[in-house]
Amino acid sequence: MQTSHPAIRLLAGERGTQVFLALLLTVGVAAPIMHLAFPEGSALHLSSYTMTLMGKYMTYALLAIAVDLVWGYCGILSLGHAAFFALGGYAMGMYLMRQIGTRGVYGDPVLPDFMVFLNWQELPWFWHGFDMFWFAALMVIVVPGLLALAFGWLAFRSRVTGVYLSIITQALTYALMLAFFRNDMGFGGNNGLTDFKDILGANINAPGTRVALFVASAVALGLGYLACRYITLSRAGRVVQAIRDAESRTRFIGYRVESYKLWVFAFSAVLAGIAGALYVPQVGIINPSEFQPINSIEIVIWVAVGGRGTLYGAVAGAVLVNYAKTYFTATIPELWLYALGTLFVIVTLFLPKGVVGLADKFTSREPAARAVTA
Amino acid sequence: MNATTALRNGWQKVFGAGARSARPAPGDTSHGTILYLEDISVSFDGFKALNALTLYIDAGELRCIIGPNGAGKTTMMDVITGKTRPDAGSAWFGQTTDLLTLSEPQIAEAGIGRKFQKPTVFEQHTVMENLELAVAGTKTIWTTLGSPLDRRQHERIEEVLETIRLQDRRSMRAGMLSHGQKQWLEIGMLLAQEPRLLLVDEPVAGMTPQEVERTAELLLSLAGKHSVMVVEHDMDFVRSIARRVTVLHEGHVLAEGTIDEVQNDPRVVEVYLGE
Ligand SMILES: Nc1ncnc2c1ncn2[C@@H]1O[C@H](COP(=O)(O)OP(=O)(O)OP(=O)(O)O)[C@@H](O)[C@H]1O
Ligand SMILES: [Mg+2]
Repeated sequence: MQTSHPAIRLLAGERGTQVFLALLLTVGVAAPIMHLAFPEGSALHLSSYTMTLMGKYMTYALLAIAVDLVWGYCGILSLGHAAFFALGGYAMGMYLMRQIGTRGVYGDPVLPDFMVFLNWQELPWFWHGFDMFWFAALMVIVVPGLLALAFGWLAFRSRVTGVYLSIITQALTYALMLAFFRNDMGFGGNNGLTDFKDILGANINAPGTRVALFVASAVALGLGYLACRYITLSRAGRVVQAIRDAESRTRFIGYRVESYKLWVFAFSAVLAGIAGALYVPQVGIINPSEFQPINSIEIVIWVAVGGRGTLYGAVAGAVLVNYAKTYFTATIPELWLYALGTLFVIVTLFLPKGVVGLADKFTSREPAARAVTA
Repeated sequence: MNATTALRNGWQKVFGAGARSARPAPGDTSHGTILYLEDISVSFDGFKALNALTLYIDAGELRCIIGPNGAGKTTMMDVITGKTRPDAGSAWFGQTTDLLTLSEPQIAEAGIGRKFQKPTVFEQHTVMENLELAVAGTKTIWTTLGSPLDRRQHERIEEVLETIRLQDRRSMRAGMLSHGQKQWLEIGMLLAQEPRLLLVDEPVAGMTPQEVERTAELLLSLAGKHSVMVVEHDMDFVRSIARRVTVLHEGHVLAEGTIDEVQNDPRVVEVYLGE
């Protein structure tokens, strides 16, 4: 009987989860050692480029499980999650900008360069507090979370679902992109925020810092994964899947569907924000193009390719597609979007459960984690 | 003590006399009534699906509702469960609960459960999980996130599994059940909610004769403890379970009485032959 508390079953019974966590642990430990302990030129040395790339993939993977939670489990096809990711990234970027201090081109101790360039005399009110890491870290969670709560409250309460919901999430991220492009918004316009120097007092480009950021991403991914897995194993998780499969039926057995959707959506947005905050110091820049509608669509493709409704599928999809993207954009960049589109069509037509569904078919006795209908 | 008061007292013994129970209001004479629908009208783009419908259901009664296609039977259930808001009329559950002011989950919480016309169990969930989802208890996200079911809820689920005879299918995905079993599971989900009033829309459509018989037994065993409203077209089935039958036609009550009374009512005959 399923009486045991979901916390006890977190690691048990699902091979995908076990494989993922074992891999994450191995990579999380081995990569830093290979980067720091082996000299350049050694066959075992991992370049800082590769490690940063892997750290970036981990933040993408976290973003993908956030989307899988709302889409794969709750049936909300959000095409706006890149917005939460970017907002988390901007919150971190603002902290990093304030750390530059007098080392900027204009040497102003308080104002970031772009504000001096715009002839601003003082710091806008919403930049206050971002010189403190704890405040920025709080904003990484609060800003995406609150936006998701407000947006979700409006959308779910008026029972906007399906394709309409997807469209308004696209509109949300598009509107934010236009807003952040404006210089007078105070977020650096189309250049965004960049030229970071320090994080928590450490040089952001130092190997030690790189390793720390990489490990932080791995830890965030691991914890985010476990949190999502806990949710999906709990009774609340079964309610959420019931909402996905038959929303009005769930309502008739006494669940407040709107509030379930709202909390799942907001939690997912917070995860996306955290992913964004870890992404920015590793890539060294955040600009409004992160809000592009296509970015949100890409995340959904990662999840679809990996296999939705499994969490580890989302991780696999994020890593695979982004590896392909890194490869393509380095060799034949103009073909990338076509390749992505083709991949999506192939997966939709032939691999409804994604690559993990395919892997399960060949290796497993137990059926793939619950199939997702429609 | 008249019959209805006796019924009501028995009712309160089983379910306790809370704010929710049908409690006589001053000047009210229908003490044993659990559902009051009065002058309910619903129109869809000018078409009157319900037309000044008035209907009362007694506590513990098993009532069959019959009527030709499009008579408004499903729409009536939509009104009771809060899915459709009527243009006019009133709907009370007991004397204290105004259904028209409540949302669907609130109505479910107040004690009205519903089985839909086409079976809608959660196909991806197991039989057990379906019942776990339905079982009475706090249904806020903080509770379902933090705590597993308690012992009483588990016992309730076991009881229900036994009633609907699906004990040996508990770990099966509901999507794999036969049509009849799905219908029972859905009735079981209703029972797990411990409702005071069950609305059951066309339970035996598409069932084998044995399944129909089993369903009749099941519904009969529920009456008394619960009030049950059954919509059904299958007249043999209705005859096997019905004590009181209401005939709906064009959105209002055409006749009400025992099955023989209504079957011999010339207006009813005309409606059914006119089809
Ligand atoms: N949402 C709606 N929009 C428009 N018309 C509707 C809607 N729901 C029901 N109707 C119409 O209202 C009338 C009553 O429908 P209802 O489903 O209540 O009938 P019923 O008695 O349950 O019939 P059946 O025996 O076929 O299930 C029908 O003519 C139907 O077409
Ligand atoms: Mg009907």
